[in-house]
Amino acid sequence: MRFMVIVKANKDSEAGILPSAELLTAMGKYNEELVKAGVMLSGEGLHPSAKGARIRFGAKEPTVIDGPFSEAKELVAGFWLFQVKSRDEAIDWIKRAPFGEGAELELRQVFDAEDFAPVDPTGELRDNEAKLRAQLESGAAKK
Amino acid sequence: MIASDTHRTINAVWRIESPRLIAGLARIVRDVGLAEELAQDALVAALEQWPTSGIPDNPGAWLMGTAKHRAIDSLRRNKRIERKHEEIGHQIEAERELTVPDIEAAIDDDVGDDLLRLVFTSCHPVLSTEARVALTLRLLGGLTTEEIARAFLVPEPTVAQRIVRAKRTLAEAKVPFEVPRGPELAERVSSVLAVIYLIFNEGYSATAGDDWMRPGLCEDALRLGRILVGLMPDQPEVHGLVSLMEIQASRLGARVGPSGEPIRLLDQNRARWNHMLIRRGLGALARAEELGGANGAYALQAAIAAVHARAKTAEETDWARMAGLYAQLAQVTPSPVVELNRAVAVSMAFGPAEGLVIVDELMQEASLERYHLLPSVRGDFLEKLGRLDEARVEFERAAALTRNARERDLLLERAAATNRSK
Repeated sequence: MRFMVIVKANKDSEAGILPSAELLTAMGKYNEELVKAGVMLSGEGLHPSAKGARIRFGAKEPTVIDGPFSEAKELVAGFWLFQVKSRDEAIDWIKRAPFGEGAELELRQVFDAEDFAPVDPTGELRDNEAKLRAQLESGAAKK
Repeated sequence: MIASDTHRTINAVWRIESPRLIAGLARIVRDVGLAEELAQDALVAALEQWPTSGIPDNPGAWLMGTAKHRAIDSLRRNKRIERKHEEIGHQIEAERELTVPDIEAAIDDDVGDDLLRLVFTSCHPVLSTEARVALTLRLLGGLTTEEIARAFLVPEPTVAQRIVRAKRTLAEAKVPFEVPRGPELAERVSSVLAVIYLIFNEGYSATAGDDWMRPGLCEDALRLGRILVGLMPDQPEVHGLVSLMEIQASRLGARVGPSGEPIRLLDQNRARWNHMLIRRGLGALARAEELGGANGAYALQAAIAAVHARAKTAEETDWARMAGLYAQLAQVTPSPVVELNRAVAVSMAFGPAEGLVIVDELMQEASLERYHLLPSVRGDFLEKLGRLDEARVEFERAAALTRNARERDLLLERAAATNRSK
């Protein structure tokens, strides 16, 4: 099963302060360990929300709200994608990450197609969605 | 923390740490079976102590420390027994002395290659293929006997026995716990890769049973392959195999329909392919080629898989390139199955009549007599050429030969369709 590990933002990451050389080295080591164990599928860090935007959907045209956003703790500063046998295994890997006091990470399981089976027993919805995607893709290919 | 939480944590720690633990211990005691026992002892100690003492800061190091103490005890005991034997005049084999080296030195020898040695030992040619698979999943994949049994649809006692016997065989054959060198290395690497690919394939298209795929096994094999890449970054074929598995795994979500029926590659909805895995696979292939391994058997198969992966739609597939890659593969690993696949590529590039020429030659091949894909492919060519009666016979023959229920349904449906389209 796959899990997304979300690293929450903090004041420093929002201010665009780069991690110390020590932390960067420790993180590099940790990533290497994850890769060598065949656990890490991908992982990225995000720029501060000042460079981002939010697009809010209302009754009319969507509104674009430029960053930065105030609630640092609710923001995402980076993520990993893990492939592991169990939620416990994912948690144990996260515990080994070289973060200091105050850091907060969130663990979320990634949906697999089978997960939708209870609400889509015949697979009809899944198939419709796939058809739509295929249309989108062939449309994009023709352009 | 309540006890059950601790138990779950211990299980997770075990899953992550056991391969390294067993590998490190095997270097000290030079016996994979004994190493696993010692590691299990440490696990039992953790189960006894952690619920009350709490989980240590570095659980992996704790387990290793505990297991090493037991290893030392065991080696000392052995030495004592030997000395006793010496005293009463028994002859001791000279090599026995070598197998019990200076204990302290062995423990301090911090070599990162332990895992690699464990890989080569688990996949040693003295073992049967089934034993290599079971031992690899158990010692390196961290799977329980029950999980292995479930994955291969074999009774649990059979797997347990297989593992016990494998460990005994390794000990009796005095298989050295080491990474082979020189010309032997390439040969042994290919044995290791074969074991991993076998595990992957059993997950990718199960040879028996009601389910066509067991994705859990694919995940296990991929993980083993990714570990191996980390251990042997300079071996092009390791990258080739990982590339092949990543690209094939990218299609797992598109290979079955809602009721579990198989969907052929060209009919698959490519939007459902996992594009991250494709990217990873293409990256690994590029690495294999950079290392000079473009002509390796796995790299070539990965290159073939990549031709599919790069085509946005089935129609855009570069069949001429595919046929060329199969011709190359046929030179590296000549086999009727590769020829059969080449026939498919040739038929797509140059028409079903060209493909049929190759397939008709294969009809003489004794090794393919019971291979359901031969009549299945031949039926496909005949159907396209409008020779429907002949096509139906081939589809029915293929359906009778396959052991997979899902695939049989599909073939019988195609046979029935030849009647309808007349």
